Parts: sequence; structure tokens; C-alpha cells
Amino acid sequence: MSILAAALWFAFGCFALAQLLCLYRVVRAPGFSDRVLALDTMTINMIALITLFGIQRGTSFYFEATMLFAMVGFVSTVAFAKFILRGNIIE
Amino acid sequence: MTLLADILIAALLVAGGVFGLVGSWGVVRLPDMMTRLHGPTKAATLGVGSVLLASMIFFWAHHGHFSWHELLIALFVFLTSPITGLFIAKAHMHLSWTHGELPQPPSGAEWATWGQGAETSPIVTVPEDAPEGE
Repeated sequence: MSILAAALWFAFGCFALAQLLCLYRVVRAPGFSDRVLALDTMTINMIALITLFGIQRGTSFYFEATMLFAMVGFVSTVAFAKFILRGNIIE
Repeated sequence: MTLLADILIAALLVAGGVFGLVGSWGVVRLPDMMTRLHGPTKAATLGVGSVLLASMIFFWAHHGHFSWHELLIALFVFLTSPITGLFIAKAHMHLSWTHGELPQPPSGAEWATWGQGAETSPIVTVPEDAPEGE
């Protein structure tokens, strides 16, 4: 196994564990804002995971998926925070 | 040359993985909400930034073409993560403190939650001393 493959698997393991920790925080959280924060972190980790998958496959085909995750994650987090604040998303 | 690039990519991947894990560990482990906000900022900047940089170097060293996609994603993530952090902090602030405990905003303005339309929020209970709106 080359050094690159070993480092890739290490990073995969780290981000997968991070994703599980965030999932735990989504399921068991003391407040609403904790769940939103954990979901936001999950999209961030997903961006890293898809990029790692692209490196492993040696293709930039997954760029669109990464960009979609970044955009939808941002919009959904802002919408959720706005909903908690005002009870309305577009006023 | 490729070996040198491989070592650099491997170092960036390991650093990114560790920062991503530390960020999410912080979300679970830190004691209260405002400190928990610190964790994901490290995952978003250093973790994802290192992975995207590693991807850029990988496509440059192994496929011979420079990939601008990762730079675009990094720019987008770096621009949006402070905004989401601010929004989450604000939502948390309005969920955990009452109107009287917060300082009054300058020039007669009102906090977003307790201004006009606050009564439509299903989660926030409107305190007794809240003004009727501007």
C-alpha cells in the first residue's frame, strides 16, 4: 500500500468517525441550535468525504456533488436558524 | 517528483482528517453551546481546506492539469461558514436568554426575535416585557 493510499484511508476513517459523532449529536442534543450546528458540521464533513472519494477514484467528476452539498448545506442552515428566530423563513 | 508530491498530499490528508475529527469531537464533548460553536469552525477551515488543497495537488501532480474546482469550493465554504456560525449563535442566544438580560441595541432598534412578528415563532416564547414592535 502506497503512502497516498494509506493517508487516504486514514482521512476516510477520521471523517467517517466525525460524521458518526455529529449524528450522535443530532439524535441526542440539549437544544435546537445544537442539532442545527451538528447538521451543518455533517455537510462540512460530507464535502471532505466526497472530495476524498474523488481523489481515490482519480476523477474530478464529483465536483458538482460537492458544490451542491456546500450550497444546500449553507441555505438549509440559514433557513433553519431563521425559522428558530422568527418562525418564518421568507417574510 | 511524484513521490515528493505524494508525501505532501499524504501529510495534508492526515492533517485534514485529524482536524475534521477534532472539530466533530468538539461538537460532542465541549460543555456549552457557545463553546461548541468553536469545533466545526476548525473542521470547516483547516480540515476541509487541507483536503481540498490535497485534491488540487493530487490532480496537478498525477493528471498534469490544474484543478480550479477545489478553489471554488474552498472559497464558498470559507465565505459561508462564518455566516452560518453567526446565525446559529444568534438563534441560540434568543433561545436561552430573556429579553431583559440582553443589552439594548443602539439607536432605538430592536432585537430580531422580539421585534415585529416575533409572536409567529413556534419555538420562542415571547416574554412579558417585549415591546409591541417598531
